Amino acid sequence: MTVLLAIGTGKGLFLAFSEDDRRSWEISGPHFPMTAVYSVMIDRRRGAPRLLAGVTSSHFGPSVMTSDDLGVSWEEPDAAPIAFPADTGTTLERVWQLAPGTEPNVVYAGTQPSALFRSADGGVTYELVRPLWDHPHRPQWGAGFGGQAIHTILPHPHDANSILVAMSTGGVYRTADGGESWEPGNKGIKAYFLPDPWPEFGQCVHKVSRHPSRPEQLFAQNHHGVYRSEDGGSSWESIAEGLPSDFGFAMVNHPHRPGVIYAYPLEADGKRWPPGYRCQVFRSEDAGATWQPLHEGLPSDDHYGTVLRDAMCCDDAPVAGVYFGTRNGEVYGSRDEGGHWQLIASHLPDVVCVRAAAW
Amino acid sequence: MVTILIPGVLRTEAGGAARLPADPGSLAEIFAALARSHPRLERRIRDESGRIRRYVNVYVDGEPAGLDTLAPDGAEIQVLPSVAGG
Repeated sequence: MTVLLAIGTGKGLFLAFSEDDRRSWEISGPHFPMTAVYSVMIDRRRGAPRLLAGVTSSHFGPSVMTSDDLGVSWEEPDAAPIAFPADTGTTLERVWQLAPGTEPNVVYAGTQPSALFRSADGGVTYELVRPLWDHPHRPQWGAGFGGQAIHTILPHPHDANSILVAMSTGGVYRTADGGESWEPGNKGIKAYFLPDPWPEFGQCVHKVSRHPSRPEQLFAQNHHGVYRSEDGGSSWESIAEGLPSDFGFAMVNHPHRPGVIYAYPLEADGKRWPPGYRCQVFRSEDAGATWQPLHEGLPSDDHYGTVLRDAMCCDDAPVAGVYFGTRNGEVYGSRDEGGHWQLIASHLPDVVCVRAAAW
Repeated sequence: MVTILIPGVLRTEAGGAARLPADPGSLAEIFAALARSHPRLERRIRDESGRIRRYVNVYVDGEPAGLDTLAPDGAEIQVLPSVAGG
């Protein structure tokens, strides 16, 4: 079994490969040095996996790179893969998310400023999903500290017309007609930073996750607040009880067990480190009803690492691996679904995303 | 003929060249021609709206230049990444 762990950092992409059931790793990189790699996708819908990376140079701008040889070489088309049409009056700042669509060869990209792009050629070139850009709410979507971006894209596993996106700030939006119309889906999610804390939209949802076998069940880590929806995002209820804090960024589903989820709580908006300075992941095996801390093998001394919204993931090996990276450049992995952890890499630039796959 | 001096970090997009020839004209015209001959190089200098990127500086014969600046026959156009980043 080969396992690939792609690590996007503030200064390039690192690729870690394991051939011994994730006991040891060979790491290459940085690919695209001095670019921020906020989004990575490992597309296994084709014969050989295709890697996609959303890279941003602070000097020379953003792009999307693809590799069909596991990062040995990278391709970029002559025309900009993602560009805003002239009439929008804006320009691409960053690609925050790359996600496979329901249909073969379809890839979605979430960008800063908040927009959704669709590729029909496997992620090489993209077109703006115009109805979401033209949504009447868009002028009221705000920007968090990280910028205004669509950072979560969840195409329905079976229905190509159904897509959920989430943005900061703005919240959750859903389409049921292939992107022609979009409705907010934030009922029950609190926006404590607004005069009306229960608005139709405007929430700062940090991440939404779901298991493909239960597409109506969604889990969200909010800017304060952890939620579950059982109706595809029409309504949400808190599942924060049992966690040491309801603040954090990441939310990950187990790849094989619906209702099993992972989170990495941070103390608070104003205290962005783990509660008690204790580096630990929390897992729920009952869809958020109860939570268990997971820390065996993780640092036991004071830890100040932040795990960002895409910096935690699972692989899809028969016994799932779980991974997370911190802003202080550490990457940890578990070969046994979170029971035990090992350090995979340290002293990297700040980790902004991780993605893993096994084959 | 004018010469565009390519910084080392962008030479991959210029086929390894340190200098590219171009016809005299305004920088807007010269970059538009560059977009046709070397599109990946040009879009690292300008964004999709056509503006020179915020942290890229362009000089004509050593003087700071913008898209309206004329580069006459014999001029050298320097493209330099500015001091930025951490």
